[in-house]
Amino acid sequence: MPDHDQSLPQVPESKTVPKKRARFSFVWVIPIVAAAAGVWIAVTRIMNKGPEITIVFTSADGLEANKTKVNYNGLDVGTLTAIRLAPDHQHVIATAAMNPKTKDYLVKDTKFWVVKPRMSGLSVSGLGTLISGYYIGVQLGQSTESERNFTALPSPPLTGNVPGRVYMLHTPKLGSLGEGTPIFFRQITAGQVVTCDLDSGGQFLNVKIFVQAPYDDYISANTRFWHASGIDLSLTANGLHVQTESLMSILAGGIAFETPASDSAVTPAEENTTFNLFDDRTDAFAPPPRDPQTYRLVFKQSMRGLTVGAPVQLGGITIGEVTEISPQLDADTMEFTVPVTVSVDPQRYGIRFLHVPAGQDLAQSRKKVMDTLISRGLRAQLKTGNIISGSLYVSFDVIPNAPPATLDWAQNPVELPTVSGNIQEIEDNVAGLLKDVDHAVTNATVLLGSANHLIEPDSVFLAHLNQTIMSARGTLTNADTLLGSANQLIEPNSVLDAELNNLLLQGGGAASAFRELADYLERHPEALIRGKTGEAK
Amino acid sequence: MNSLPPTAMSRGLHGCPACGLLSRPAPGTEEGHCPRCDEKLEFRKPASLERTLAYLIAAAVCYIPANVLPVMSTNTSGGSESDTIMQGVVLLWSPTGWPLSLIVLFASIMIPSAKILALLHLVISVKRGSIKNNVQRVRLYRMVEIIGRWSMVDVFVDTFTVSLIQLQPLMSVEPGPGLLFFAAVVVLTMLAVESFDPRLIWDPANSKITKTEVQYA
Repeated sequence: MPDHDQSLPQVPESKTVPKKRARFSFVWVIPIVAAAAGVWIAVTRIMNKGPEITIVFTSADGLEANKTKVNYNGLDVGTLTAIRLAPDHQHVIATAAMNPKTKDYLVKDTKFWVVKPRMSGLSVSGLGTLISGYYIGVQLGQSTESERNFTALPSPPLTGNVPGRVYMLHTPKLGSLGEGTPIFFRQITAGQVVTCDLDSGGQFLNVKIFVQAPYDDYISANTRFWHASGIDLSLTANGLHVQTESLMSILAGGIAFETPASDSAVTPAEENTTFNLFDDRTDAFAPPPRDPQTYRLVFKQSMRGLTVGAPVQLGGITIGEVTEISPQLDADTMEFTVPVTVSVDPQRYGIRFLHVPAGQDLAQSRKKVMDTLISRGLRAQLKTGNIISGSLYVSFDVIPNAPPATLDWAQNPVELPTVSGNIQEIEDNVAGLLKDVDHAVTNATVLLGSANHLIEPDSVFLAHLNQTIMSARGTLTNADTLLGSANQLIEPNSVLDAELNNLLLQGGGAASAFRELADYLERHPEALIRGKTGEAK
Repeated sequence: MNSLPPTAMSRGLHGCPACGLLSRPAPGTEEGHCPRCDEKLEFRKPASLERTLAYLIAAAVCYIPANVLPVMSTNTSGGSESDTIMQGVVLLWSPTGWPLSLIVLFASIMIPSAKILALLHLVISVKRGSIKNNVQRVRLYRMVEIIGRWSMVDVFVDTFTVSLIQLQPLMSVEPGPGLLFFAAVVVLTMLAVESFDPRLIWDPANSKITKTEVQYA
């Protein structure tokens, strides 16, 4: 409402400019553009928002919300967005925002685990995480069932994305096996131990192993697995054995396998086949007893040196082993006996009848054979297998003039007749000899006493006496020699004894040094790389 | 009733905003150019409220992504990490670093939002022809005008960091999409402040007085 003031005549008039007024104010383009940009960003965000998953960890050690990545083969596929304690207060639940493209791979058997520096066996992995921080590894699953809630593995799956097969090994003892223990095939590392679990019965351990391709093609149903752990030092009746698989297995233990040569065209064993894990290669390839027969042997001598597992031999060939040694007391006579139970494989000593008469029971014919053999003088005896270790073994031998014996087939197990072994024989002989000598000396004394009265030059007695003395001297010399040699064998300060002591001491020293090394490595696995760095606290 | 204080507009005169020369618009027109300095002359800024409102809405729209999207992403050999403004505030919050954290909080989060709300209040109150607290409202306007530009500090720090930290294999810092929106918020609010005409605050008072005077005259 400009009413022109006429009282100010000097005020000049403004210039007129043609109006260029827009009907629509362009200023409104700005908020529209801003809104459009915001909406576009929001839409792309929502479109790019992948699935959200939860992973349960046992510990949040090294994990950080909004920092820790989920990594598949070196590619970021997600990020942890939140970490919280599970309601049970034992676990940690992490929420991860995954890339939208991972949607199809988040299935039931997809596995997650924390990648951090680890040493398993002799292999070191995840060193990169020392700089970058821990991340979460993924192994994509094959299942078609979609899943959003996962539980992390305690350690990376060893089967990784490598082709191969998983097998189970059955073993009563674990030895130095553990997760990541290498598996050797002809001394090449062919796989790893995945897990070691106790069988539900608690009697056995189930060792799950992974053998990578192409080595898994060499595993057939007949393949034998055995402990290749460290150095296998065995001092048995067969002598000293040192067996190792490789330097790596000496330090970390291992499992070796081999398929018998006869299976040249192997058909690979199916996945998850169960095998037995043997103690050593010899054990693994020992033919399993096909129809073991157990017998009982009662020896009237010391069992010192006889162990369970000691061989039972026939003519120097092992046909079985000692399975049990347990002393027992006869309630009637109050006498101790030490029955030895042996298990022998009849096939190994050739009871493999060329032709079993038709209609005749195999067991029946076996009984007949045993009866015949016993009547011909087959007897069990203990023999010294190794003079150093003093270990004994059971030997079946035909003793020509053995006291006759019969078998009582009603017993279970059947008791076979025994004779005293060679050491016992020597002892018996020496005792017999001493008795003879004693007898002779007594005779001589009596003779001398009566001779006193009868001594006359050129008497018949003197001549007899002379003769007797001569024979006694001969006997004594014999006895002396025998005792001397026996002494040498038994004397505490003999060379043999000293050597034996020395050997055992050194063996003991070596064993304890090795145990210390193993202990130290167990506590400080990093010492393999860094060397020994003082005592850690 | 005290007499109506004269304004240039009430007398039908333009005051030049640049040189202060009073001039009368050419007959039949309301706008023109200053005869002395050729500055554009208007009684009031044209479409002031409309423009301010448009800029404010644009700023408010941009304010959301500016705070939700990361403003900076740090790439190290260990992986990349991107932070929003609020995360930066949380990150800086420590027994020794809390003043810095507060500065970022004020400059980057509270001031832009306060600016938008303050201008919105001014626009609405002017539109409704409110005559209350005129002095406070002008004070508010001045504060918004002075303080508002400091929000740009954040953008400057960000761009400096981005250009300085480019140790390619080890570490690099890259601007995030949020930064662009944040800069837009700051610029748009400044434009809004610029397009708002504080003289409008006083106009309703004048016209009301005029009306009452006319009624009682």
